[in-house]
Amino acid sequence: MAYSFPEEVLEHVFSFLSSPRDRNAVSLVCKSWYEIERWCRHRIFVGNCYAVSPEIVIRRFPELRAVEMKGKPHFADFNLVPEGWGAYAYPWIAAMAEAYPFLEEIKLKRMVVTDESLELISKSYKNFKSLVLTSCEGFTTDGLASIAANCRHLKELDLRESEVEDLSGHWLSHFPDSCTSLVSLNMSCLGSEVSFSALERLVARSPNLRTLRLNRAVPLEKLANLVRHAPQLVELGTGAYSAEIRSDTFSSLADAFSACKQLKALSGFWDVVPSYLPAVYSACSGITSLNLSYAAIPSSDLVKLISQCQNLQRLWVLDYIEDSGLEALAASCKDLQELRVFPSDPFGAEPNVSLTEQGLVSVSEGCPKLESVLYFCRQMSNAALIAIARSRPNFIRFRLCIIEPQAADYLTLEPLDAGFGAIVENCKELRRLSMSGLLTDRVFKYIGTHAKKLEMLSIAFAGDSDLGLHHVLSGCDSLRKLEIRDCPFGDKALLANAAKLETMRSLWMSSCSVSFGACKLLAQKMPRLNVEVIDERGPPDSRLESCSVERVYVYRTVASRQRLDIPDFVWTLDEDSSMRYS
Amino acid sequence: MLSHLNLEATELRLGLPGSDDLPSTNKRPSPEDHQTPPAPKAQIVGWPPVKSYRKSTAAAKSAEAESGMYVKVSMDGAPYLRKIDIKLYDGYSHLLTALEDMFKLSIGEYSEREGYKGSEYAPAYEDKDGDLMLVGDVPWEMFMSSCKRLRIMRGADARGLASAQH
Repeated sequence: MAYSFPEEVLEHVFSFLSSPRDRNAVSLVCKSWYEIERWCRHRIFVGNCYAVSPEIVIRRFPELRAVEMKGKPHFADFNLVPEGWGAYAYPWIAAMAEAYPFLEEIKLKRMVVTDESLELISKSYKNFKSLVLTSCEGFTTDGLASIAANCRHLKELDLRESEVEDLSGHWLSHFPDSCTSLVSLNMSCLGSEVSFSALERLVARSPNLRTLRLNRAVPLEKLANLVRHAPQLVELGTGAYSAEIRSDTFSSLADAFSACKQLKALSGFWDVVPSYLPAVYSACSGITSLNLSYAAIPSSDLVKLISQCQNLQRLWVLDYIEDSGLEALAASCKDLQELRVFPSDPFGAEPNVSLTEQGLVSVSEGCPKLESVLYFCRQMSNAALIAIARSRPNFIRFRLCIIEPQAADYLTLEPLDAGFGAIVENCKELRRLSMSGLLTDRVFKYIGTHAKKLEMLSIAFAGDSDLGLHHVLSGCDSLRKLEIRDCPFGDKALLANAAKLETMRSLWMSSCSVSFGACKLLAQKMPRLNVEVIDERGPPDSRLESCSVERVYVYRTVASRQRLDIPDFVWTLDEDSSMRYS
Repeated sequence: MLSHLNLEATELRLGLPGSDDLPSTNKRPSPEDHQTPPAPKAQIVGWPPVKSYRKSTAAAKSAEAESGMYVKVSMDGAPYLRKIDIKLYDGYSHLLTALEDMFKLSIGEYSEREGYKGSEYAPAYEDKDGDLMLVGDVPWEMFMSSCKRLRIMRGADARGLASAQH
C-alpha cells in the first residue's frame, strides 16, 4: 500500500496541511508517511523548549523555515519563577544557525534572548524575514541594532511586551536605506527615544508597512508626519497621546487619520489628553481592535471613543471604564468578541473606581459574540456568574480575577463554587479558565465533571484538599496546562494521577503541599516526565522528605531530564534515581 | 472649530484625570472616612496577576510626580557638572536665581529680542531634538518637558545664539 502513491504526490497532498496537529497525525500513519512528512515540514511549534532538544528537532526535520517556541511557564509573568531558571534561546539559535541556513522566521515567547543570539540570527540566515519576541528578556538595543543592520529582507520585527535593556534609540538608525521590506514593526516596549528622522525615513520607504507600534517616547506632535507616510497602515500603536492643545496639531492629526482607510487596530494611548481623541474618529468605523489599557482617562471619554467603533471585536481597557461604560459598550458594540479589563490600581486597598460584577454581566448580556474575557474586579457573586453563564454559553476563555484572595460571594458570603460551576456547565466549549475568590473542593468536582474541552486551568488560593486536584486531573480530558499556586493540594492526588501528567504539556504548583518525597517518587515512576523541584532554600535533602517544596514544575519531555543549563536552585532526578543538583 | 476641544481637561492640576467629577465608589459612609485611607496591604508575590509593565497606571503617574526631572548642568570652563531637579522650580526666574547661586555668577535679564544681553553668562539648554536653545523662549511647561540638559555659556558665545534665533 505504501507504494501506491509516488512520494511526490503524497508530499503535495501534505503541503496543504498547515496545522502542526494535522502534520503530527499524518506522521503517525506509517513509517513511509513519517519519512515523507518530516522532509517537507517547514514550520514547527515547540510549546516547551525543554520538552525536546535542538539535536532531536534538527535530526527529524531538516528543512525548517519557521520555528516557534515557548520557554518559561506562564506564572513567570507574575514573578513566580526565580531569575536564572532557564529558557535560554542561544543553544537553539546556535544549533539552527548550522542546520537551517534558510531559516526565515523565529517566534519566541518567555525566553531569555541575548544580544549574542540576535547577532547570530542576523548573520546566519541570509533570507531572514521575521522575528517576534513576546515577553522575552536578556537583550539590549545593541542586539536590535544587529538585526536592523544585517537582515536585508526583514519584514517583521515585533518585540511585544519584552523587557529590553534600553541603551539608546540609535538601533533604529541601523536600518540601511536599502531596507524597504518592512511589513511590521512593534517597538512599543522600548523606553528610549529613537531618532525621529530615521523613523520617518524608514516608514516612508516601506510601502508594505501594515503594522506600526510606536513607543511612548514618540510625541503626539510628530505622529501625523508618520501616519501621513503610511496611509496603508492596518495596525497603529501611537506613542504618548498628549500635547499642548493646539488646533493645528489637532487638524493635522485628524487629516492624517482620515487618509488611513485600512486601519483596523489602534493601541498605545499613553498619557492621553482626551481632547485629542476625536482626531481618530474618522477611522473608528473600521476599527475592530482597540487597546486602551494604558489610557488613564475617565469613563465618559472612553465611552465617547468606543461608541464610535461599531465594528469593534476586541477591546482592552482599564477599569476606569466602570460599570456605566461597560453598559454603553454592550449597547453599541454588538460584534464584540474579546474584552479585557485591567485594574488601574491593583494594590490599592480600596476600590478607586465604580467597576463591579455588573459591568461583566451587562457585556455578557448585550454582546452575543463575546467569547473571551479577562476581568479584574473587587467583588463577585454567584448570582452574577450564573447570569453570565446563562447569557453567554459560547465562552471559550473565561479569566476572572477578584483582587482580594479568597473573596466570598459578597451578597451571600458563600464560596463561589456555584457560580464557576455554572460557567463550566453552560460553556461547553470552554478551553481556558482562570478562577479566583473563595472556592472549595466542590468547584473542582464541577470542573472535572463538565469541563471536558478545558485545555488550560489557573487556580490560586482555592480548594480544601487533594480531592480538588484529583477531580481536575481525573476529569478534565483535554487538559494540557495546569498552574496552581497557594492551594492545599499535595502528594496523594499527584501520585494517583501520575499517568495523566504525561498527556499534558506541564503542571506548575507553587506554595502548595507537595513533598520532596512525592516528587522523587513521581520522577521514578514516570521516566518521561521531568520533575523540577524549584526551591531557593537550599538542598531539599537538608530538610525532611515530608516537607513541602516551594515549587514543582512537571513537564513531559523526550530530551534528557538533566538539562545542561540547570541552575543551583533546581533539583531533578538523577540517572541513579536520586535527586541531585548540578 | 475649537468647540470640541475641552480645554478644561488639559488644565494642569494635581490628581488623576477626571478626579473633579469623582466617579462614584462603592464606599459606604463609615466613621473611618474621616481618617486617612488605610495603608496598602502587604503585597503577596505575583498577586493580583498583573504583568509588571501594567502595574498601576495610577501609581506610575504619582511615582513620576515624585521622581523628579533631573538634568545635568554644565558651565563653560567649570571642571565638573552639576545636576538639578527642574521640577522643583516654579518658573524661569526661580530657576535662574538658583543657577546664579549654584555657580556664583550673574545671568541678568532676559529679553525676547536680545536674550541675556549685557551679562557675562547666559543659560542655554539642549532640547529633545538635540538642538541648543536659549532658556526663556518657550513657556515654562514646554521647557520642562523638552529640556534634556542645561549649559551655562559665556556671554559672548551666547550672543551668537540669541541673534541666530531671532
